[in-house]
Amino acid sequence: MRKILVTLKRVVDYNVRVRVKPDGSGMAVEGLKMSVNPFDEIALEEALRMRERGEAGEILAVTIGGDECQQQLRTGLAMGADRALLVKCEGEVEPLAAAGILLEVIRREEPDIVIMGKQAIDDDCNQTGQMLATLWGRPQATFASELNLNGDTARVTREVDAGLEVLEVQLPALITTDLRLNEPRYIKLPDIMKARRKPLETLAADDLELAAPPALKALAYEPPAQREKGVVVEDVPALMGMLRERGFLN
Amino acid sequence: MSSVLIVAEHDGQTLHAGVARAASCGLAIGADRLDVAVLGLDCEGVAQQAARIEGVSRVLSLDRSENANPVAAIQAPQVAALASQGYSHVLGPSTTFGKDLMPRVAALLGVPQVSDIMSVEGERRFKRPIYAGNAVLTVEAPAGHIVVGTARLASWPAAGEGGDAAVEGAQTDAELPDHTSWLELKSAESERPDLQSASVVVSGGRALGSSENFSLLYDLADRLGAAVGASRAAVDAGYVSNDMQVGQTGKIIAPDLYFAIGISGAIQHLTGIKDAGVIVAINKDPEAPIFEIADIGLVGDLFAIVPEIQAAVEGS
Repeated sequence: MRKILVTLKRVVDYNVRVRVKPDGSGMAVEGLKMSVNPFDEIALEEALRMRERGEAGEILAVTIGGDECQQQLRTGLAMGADRALLVKCEGEVEPLAAAGILLEVIRREEPDIVIMGKQAIDDDCNQTGQMLATLWGRPQATFASELNLNGDTARVTREVDAGLEVLEVQLPALITTDLRLNEPRYIKLPDIMKARRKPLETLAADDLELAAPPALKALAYEPPAQREKGVVVEDVPALMGMLRERGFLN
Repeated sequence: MSSVLIVAEHDGQTLHAGVARAASCGLAIGADRLDVAVLGLDCEGVAQQAARIEGVSRVLSLDRSENANPVAAIQAPQVAALASQGYSHVLGPSTTFGKDLMPRVAALLGVPQVSDIMSVEGERRFKRPIYAGNAVLTVEAPAGHIVVGTARLASWPAAGEGGDAAVEGAQTDAELPDHTSWLELKSAESERPDLQSASVVVSGGRALGSSENFSLLYDLADRLGAAVGASRAAVDAGYVSNDMQVGQTGKIIAPDLYFAIGISGAIQHLTGIKDAGVIVAINKDPEAPIFEIADIGLVGDLFAIVPEIQAAVEGS
């Protein structure tokens, strides 16, 4: 039976507006509500549906970070993952370093399919899945909106700028999710209770003895440039007048 | 001294408009050599279009059957091999094409990627948006390594036409995988301008109420020569297809004139339009957040206002 690895990143909840610290040294995230990256929830939901259709067996949820990330793994277990793994590591982990760590996890776990969110809503990089697939030497199907398994291949519909593209990839493969792939389920209280008894392992990233890859240096954070508030006009003729003044519709 | 390689996006016939914008980003790095790589099959026409972008030194054409359709796992080894031939930077457009491909190139080269470059602050120093555009981060790429990045198209003007670069056939001995098959592209046929390069865009939100009602916007757009977009709410409600979505989770655009019609203005939509020239908002709720960033606002019923604009445009 196919084994599925899903990654879950701990991020500031998507409903919370995050601001830059006044001294520009970072983002003011202390005390904010934290959640599973929404694209990663979609990844886990897709894995659960595969298992429910009898297309997959074990589902492993993995994250990288500090002890606080156990909270997001517990959420994943409550949604229905069978096992969870925290690779413990302090500080910022960039996509290339994360991909290196996840490759080690893949070597140990040998999944048939890895499903990840297309991007995390904090750094908005949209890189880790592609980098991991590359280091793994396996195909990728990014921005998936439909996923169908057939033997040792997957047919994936991808949301691209020009429309919908269909790829067929040989398994093992890496898939990244777009918003329309599915709508993740809500967690019920009994599931949270059950999740407490599911296995959550930890592994120290240092014990993997990986060489740190070259990394970007974050120099400064600043708020985005604001547009100035404009004017409200009374009616269509006033609107048309202003547009013509600015050189439009002439 | 920088030498920049830009990976061209195209559909086999036409060069994507984003390539000329990525070229502006490359020129801002201070490139004394700016080459464009065109990977395709029988793509001579596309290579010629790339050669006309002002500032381009050379177009490298990798014409082979494996490149008939854009598959990241097949293109990346070729791009990485080319990039290793003395380039300091390799850039792609921050479109679904570039987002799919460039991290694979970065991973093959063993370097980090700078996604969504908004501005160039130095040869290795760039600004990029994070947290859905709620902050701008300045990053520095590590010294001694090639820089891989994607250019956020809305931040860059298209480089001019009128260049006359040489087109050269190029080859790499990169090993190409056969684990991925490209099957088809289902695209919504449209006679209207492309959303990402149109100078005028008319977008509708959930207040349109149905997919039939979007015809109001199509009529206006056709009269204005505009592209039609939509908010995520309108897409989620099923009024239009997702390739029309404007916003953080859809397309980020910078037209000269943008009409937000019946769009309340969720943060994620505003992120997609904040580089537009003039934003016109039409909404019946005077408290809608869209009015916070609109240059010209009109409060009222869109079903009365849009036909009136249409009539005014036709009368002019």
